[in-house]
Amino acid sequence: MQTLKLRRAMMFMPGNNPAMLQNAGIYGADSVIFDLEDAVSIHEKDSARQLVLQALTHFTYSCEIAIRINHIQTPYGFRDLETVLPGKPDLIRLPKAESAEEIQTVAEVIARIERECGFPDGTIKMGAAIETAKGLRQAYAIASASPRMEFLAIGGEDFIADLKTTRSKDGRELFVARSQLVLAAREAGIQAIDTVFADANDDETFLNEVRFIKQLGFDGKSVINPRQVRQVQEVFAPTEKEISHARRVLAAYQDALDRKSGVIALDGKMIDTPIVTRAERVLAYAAAVRN
Amino acid sequence: MINKVGRLIPDTLPGYAEVRPYSGPFAFQPSGRMAGARLRAQNPAANKVLASLEQAIDATGLKDGMTISFHHHFRNGDFVLNRVVETIARKGIKGLTLAPSSLNDINDAILPHIESGVVTAIETSGARGKLGKTISAGKLARPAIIRSHGGRARAIECGELKIDVAFIGAPCCDKAGNINGVDGPSACGSMGYAMVDAAYADKVVAITDHLVPHPAFPISIPQTQVDFVVELDSIGDPAGIASGALRISRNPRELLIAEYAAAVIEHSGYFNEGYSLQLGSGGASLAAAQFIREKMKARNIQGSFGVGGVTAPFVDMLNEGLFSVLFDTQDFDLPSIESLKNNPRHLEMSASYYANPHSGGPIVNNLDVVILSATEVDVDFNVNVITDSNGIIMGASGGHSDTAAGAKLAIVVAPLLRGRLPMVLDRVNTIVTPGETVDVIITERGLAVNPKRTDLLDRLKDTRLPVLDIRELQDIAYKMSGKPESVETSDEVVAVIEYRDGSIIDVVRKPL
Amino acid sequence: MKSITHVAQAGTVESSDILINLAPAQPQSGIQIELATPTPKQYGAQIRELIRQTLTAHGIADAVVQATDKGALDYTIKARLITAIERACAPEGGN
Repeated sequence: MQTLKLRRAMMFMPGNNPAMLQNAGIYGADSVIFDLEDAVSIHEKDSARQLVLQALTHFTYSCEIAIRINHIQTPYGFRDLETVLPGKPDLIRLPKAESAEEIQTVAEVIARIERECGFPDGTIKMGAAIETAKGLRQAYAIASASPRMEFLAIGGEDFIADLKTTRSKDGRELFVARSQLVLAAREAGIQAIDTVFADANDDETFLNEVRFIKQLGFDGKSVINPRQVRQVQEVFAPTEKEISHARRVLAAYQDALDRKSGVIALDGKMIDTPIVTRAERVLAYAAAVRN
Repeated sequence: MINKVGRLIPDTLPGYAEVRPYSGPFAFQPSGRMAGARLRAQNPAANKVLASLEQAIDATGLKDGMTISFHHHFRNGDFVLNRVVETIARKGIKGLTLAPSSLNDINDAILPHIESGVVTAIETSGARGKLGKTISAGKLARPAIIRSHGGRARAIECGELKIDVAFIGAPCCDKAGNINGVDGPSACGSMGYAMVDAAYADKVVAITDHLVPHPAFPISIPQTQVDFVVELDSIGDPAGIASGALRISRNPRELLIAEYAAAVIEHSGYFNEGYSLQLGSGGASLAAAQFIREKMKARNIQGSFGVGGVTAPFVDMLNEGLFSVLFDTQDFDLPSIESLKNNPRHLEMSASYYANPHSGGPIVNNLDVVILSATEVDVDFNVNVITDSNGIIMGASGGHSDTAAGAKLAIVVAPLLRGRLPMVLDRVNTIVTPGETVDVIITERGLAVNPKRTDLLDRLKDTRLPVLDIRELQDIAYKMSGKPESVETSDEVVAVIEYRDGSIIDVVRKPL
Repeated sequence: MKSITHVAQAGTVESSDILINLAPAQPQSGIQIELATPTPKQYGAQIRELIRQTLTAHGIADAVVQATDKGALDYTIKARLITAIERACAPEGGN
C-alpha cells in the first residue's frame, strides 16, 4: 500500500516568532506552515526568513514543515526562496496563485537550489493557495503545472473579498469555489486543503465547517490555533465501522489477488478499484489517529 | 551528614535542638504529646474589643524575642501583616520570629523592619519578591525555616513552632471573637491556615473590618480561642485577595500539558467511581480540570471528594455533581468563596486536617490523584518549588510535599523549558518534594513515569501518550537549550527546607 | 572583510527572543559584547561565544554588540545577529 501523506490539519505559525517556531512540532499538526507572508510586517521580512532558516537548520521536526513565501511579484518572494530553501523545508506554499507560469517559475528556483545544495531532485514539494476568481479559473493548470505540486488550498478571506461579498456563518458564498477547487485538485491527482477559520472561540461553527468540507472531499484544513488541530483530526478520523469495513475490503482484495481471481466481491457486492483505494485511504487516516 | 535524597545537611542548625536528616516519607515515628495554648479565663463582663492595634499588642504582653503568626488567606491583598509589624516596630520591640503561613509580594513592605532588627527570624511556607531575595541574601539572624502546610500544622501542634501571639485577619468577626472568612469586604473564604494558629497560640488577636452583632455565623474560629478583637477601617484589598473566576488557560502549551495530565489520570487505574482529586492553581493544573471534567462525564464517573486550593472550575464540578464533597483550605476566586458560603457540600478544613502527617490521618492520605506544578524537577523525580534557577527563594512549599506523599498518583506538570532553562535537571537546586513520592512528570514534549511505578508504566505504555524515560526528556531539553552551567553557592545556609515530618530534606545556601 | 557601516537592530524583547543592537567600532578594537540576560550564570558564556563566532564567521572583526536576551535559544540568537549584520552592512533602508 502506497503511503499517503496526510494533511488533515496544516497549522500556520508566524515566521518571526521564536517561541512559536521552536514549539511548532508539539501540537500534532500534520503540517506546520511557517508564514513569511501575512503574519510578517514588511519591515521584518528579512528577520523572519533568517529565523525560519535557522529553525529549519537547528531542529528536527517530526511533522511536515511548509513555508508560505511572499508572492513572487512582491519584492520579497524570490528572496524568501533563496534564503529558506537551503534549510531544506519539506514544502513551499505559494499564496495567491493565478497561473501555471508562477508555479513553474518557483519550481525552477527550487530545482536550482536543490542542485546547489546537493538535495535529491524533487525533495522539496509545493502547494498553492487559490485566493482570487482568476486563480480559480486556472486551478487545474496550477495544480498540474509541476510534479512538485502536492495540494491546492483555498484562501477564503481574500477570495471572499475578490467576490465582493462577506463571510457568512455557513460559508455559502464559498460553496462553488470550494467545490471547483476540489474538482481541479482531484483532476490533477493532488490534495485539496480548505481555508482557515478565524474565530478560535466558536467551536460549534468551526466543527460544522470541518464536517462540511470533509464531505465536499477536502483532505484537510488550514488552521491557526493549536487547539483546532485535534478538532480537525477528530472529524477526519474514520469510525470503527468504516475501519472494519475497509479491513474486510482489503482482505477480500488480497484474497482475490492470491487466487488470481478477476472478480472481487464482499457481502455480495462488487469491489472495484475505487472502493479498494477508498479503503486504503480510510486505513491511512485510522493509522494516523492511532499515532 | 548526607540525607536520603543525597543532600549535604549541616550537623547543627540554628533553631534546631537536634537536626534530623530526611530518611523517607514515612520513616519517622513521632512520640510525646501535643502542645497547647496557655490556659485562659474570661469573665462574663469582660470586653475583648480594644480601640487600637497598639492597645492589643500591649494587652498580649508581646516582648522581644517572641514569635508572632499570621495567615496568608488575603494573599496579595493583605494589609494585616504589614500593619501589625509596623505597629510593633514603633513600640521598639525587637528580635521577633515571624511565622506566617506564607508570604506574598505585598509583604515586601516589612523589609525595613528586617533591616532594623524588629524581625530577625522567619518560619513560613515560602517568600517571593524582595523578601525572598532578602532571605536568600542571609539578612536574617538565623536561617529561615520553610515548611509545607502540613508540616507547619504539625510543628505547631507538637510544639516545635510555639506561637506567642497570633494576629488573625478576620473578614467577619463579632465582639466575642467568633470569626468566619465568607462575609465582609475582605472575604477570603476558607480560614484553614488560621485555624491551627488560633487553636495553639498563647494569645490570639482578631483584626477585622467587619464587626457584626454577636454571634457571627458561620463560625470558623470560635470565641473560645480569641483574646482580643480590634476593628480597623480595612484589613485587605479585595482585588488582591481573590480574583474574578479563575478560568481555563488559553495558552496552547499549558493546554497540551493539561490534556496529557487528564489522559494519564484516565489510564492510571485510579479513574474509577468514587475517586478523589486535588488540583493545583497553576495554569496547566487548572486547565486539566476542563479535560478531566469532560472525561468524567463521558465515562459517567462520580468522584467522592475534591481538595483545594479551590478555584471556579472545581466549584463547577461540585455543582454538576461530579464530586460529592469539596474540602477547602484556601480560596482563589470569588465563585469559590460564594460556594463555600452557600453550598453545604463545600467544607472548610484546617491545615492540620488537610495535611498534618502526625495526626490520626489528614485528608491527603485519602487522595487518589493530585496534579502539582513545579519550578524544576530532576532525573530522580525530585521537585523544587521554592528557589529559582539562580538559587533565590521565589516560591512556596505549600501543600506540595504533603499531597505528593499522601496521594496514590502524584502528577507533576511543568514546561520542559522556561525561557532557555531546561526544567529537567541532573539535580534540582533545592528539594522540596522527594522523588520517591512523585509518580509522573508531564511536559509538553512528553512524560516520564517514576521507574518504581512499573504498574503505571504498564498501563500507560499502550496508550498514545508520549511516554519517555526521564533522561530522554532531559536530552530533548538539553538539545534545545544546551547544558546549563551550574550556579555556585557559598557554604552559608540561609534557609532550611523541612520535610513535612520535621526532618531536614535540604538547605538553601547563599548564592555567590 | 565585511564592515559595519551603521547601527542596526534585529529581534524583539518578546519571550524567547533577543534584541541585538549592532554598532560599528574602531578598527582593531575587536568585538565588544554587552549582554543582559536572565541566565547569566547558566548561559552567559555560551551566548557570548555564539555571538563572537557568528560575527567572525561573517568576517566582522570590530563591532559593539548590545544584546538584550529574553531566554532565546541559539537558533534565535544566530538568526537575529545575522539579520543585524545584514542590516548594518547594507545600504540604509535595505530589507
